[in-house]
Amino acid sequence: MKIIACIKQVPDSEAKIKAENGQINTGDSPLVINPFDEYAVEGALQQKEATNGTVTALCIGPESAKEALKHALAMGADNAILVSDPSLNNMDTVGAARVLAAAIQKIGDVDMVVFGRQTLDNGSGLTSAQTARALGWSLLGLAGQIKVQERSVTVERVIEEGRQTVKANLPAVISVVQSIGEPRYPSFMGIRKASKAEIPVWSLSDLGIAAPEAIIKRSELMNPPARDTSVEIISGESPAEIADKLADKLIAEKVL
Amino acid sequence: MKIFVYVDHFKGEAQATSWEALGLAKSFGATTALVFGSSVDDVAKAALEYGADEVLVADDSALLDFRAEAYASTLSALVSSSTPDLILFPTTTRTRELAAMSAVDLNTNVITDATAVEVNGDASSPLSAIVVTRPIYEGKLFEKVTASAKPQLITLRGRAFPKPEKVAGKTGTITKVEAKTDALTTVEGYSVADVGVSLNDAGIIVSGGRGVSNNPSLQPPADLDDKQAEIWRAHQGFKLVGELASTLGGAVGASRAAVDGGYIPYSNQVGQTGKVVAPDVYIACGISGAIQHLAGIRSAKLVVAINKDPDAPIFKVARYGVVGDLFQIVPALTEAFKKKLGK
Repeated sequence: MKIIACIKQVPDSEAKIKAENGQINTGDSPLVINPFDEYAVEGALQQKEATNGTVTALCIGPESAKEALKHALAMGADNAILVSDPSLNNMDTVGAARVLAAAIQKIGDVDMVVFGRQTLDNGSGLTSAQTARALGWSLLGLAGQIKVQERSVTVERVIEEGRQTVKANLPAVISVVQSIGEPRYPSFMGIRKASKAEIPVWSLSDLGIAAPEAIIKRSELMNPPARDTSVEIISGESPAEIADKLADKLIAEKVL
Repeated sequence: MKIFVYVDHFKGEAQATSWEALGLAKSFGATTALVFGSSVDDVAKAALEYGADEVLVADDSALLDFRAEAYASTLSALVSSSTPDLILFPTTTRTRELAAMSAVDLNTNVITDATAVEVNGDASSPLSAIVVTRPIYEGKLFEKVTASAKPQLITLRGRAFPKPEKVAGKTGTITKVEAKTDALTTVEGYSVADVGVSLNDAGIIVSGGRGVSNNPSLQPPADLDDKQAEIWRAHQGFKLVGELASTLGGAVGASRAAVDGGYIPYSNQVGQTGKVVAPDVYIACGISGAIQHLAGIRSAKLVVAINKDPDAPIFKVARYGVVGDLFQIVPALTEAFKKKLGK
């Protein structure tokens, strides 16, 4: 089975991020593979092992995003492809989906595309569904378990109300949630292999598509409103007394 | 401005946040509610009672289960024929997929997780600009965005907008529209978890962190190894957290440390790789307050922190704090509320 894991590079989740003069300042924090996408790579590798298949990690980003692809290679992906083009700097999710769909078509004979549930930066969680729609393939979103049989795939989806079992024919686009299993650590051999890997870079002209125009545009960037940071410490002689005082405070706040 | 509101439901049970979307839409002008499903008359009637001026219903047995492709095709066809300017959705797992796919069909895009929606200019004019505020980088920043294509699709973050009053018995026109049935998936079944109050909708959340496993006075069964004993202790701790939550009619949340420790399923996780929540009250028990967790609870109106460590970062965002042993404070708080709230 030919599997694609779509990944993105984002600032580390520990990063202190600030808005400064309308720009995003991520300080000196490193760029890493989007943590949700590590689960996508893990899910893809599980299916590679179950079906004796291959995994290609696919990423849109600048040259530096090769580091995120190398992480996927070190985890066990067989190949990596970077789509990089200066005209993609301001793309939105529909644009990303159209570019990914074109890259997936160019790779050819793909059976399954795996996404993480969302990215840490934009966080809209739309790209998997939009890529499925652009390809005309089925979407199995928020899968916690994937099982392939012949040409069909069954997933257990994690939704608000519990779990839902859904089946579709391949090829399919799947987004995964953390129940898929903890992402494996890169092995020593994997890291060595990844460090030597030559990662091909495709431009939009390689894909034969025009630059998609962003429909959603940012007009302003803001830091979150400052919180009233004065904390009132409730103390007392006994837990019962503290609890009593605290309960009165909360009832007086009329928030219960 | 022609406004649609998509009413999300699960097996005929409407997501309460759909009514928040209706309330917002009504503040801009006349509103048409959309209800898709099978035998969803009750949802359509409820939409009228919550303020919709009319309801368009796509009712077909093929729409019994939410399946993104068929729902998106139904929506896209409806939009193509009746050209709304704005479609509001509550943010749920379903609406994210539905809006995402329709946006591809309609050459537009979706603005998700809106916490504020302003109309610049006259809302009755089709040229009015809609500016949406939404969190990015896990709530560490907010952005204002506009969309350059019609219709604008916006999903609203739960509890960011007031829920309108229900006017019992209010009626209006309910019109059937065509259902598209081009689903590519088959739903084989559900195992509906006993999730209690959902974190998304919860007005009150009581959350546990790594600290819930640290009760030294508990003696785990002798046949457990260290890790199992830790999880056993944590389960006892989460029992206390759960009792406080259910006394207050709230939901149970957890920090990443508690989820990673295997204490509680990740669906309960608040912050970073979990959920962003917006309750009125957030009670953090044994949670130190990692930066991602603090980002996840930034929209909480009032935070209460219970922690042994007076230097824990969680106290920096709390309105009330108790420096003490959660295993004593939390059950005492449950008792105090039972008494005072008459439960």
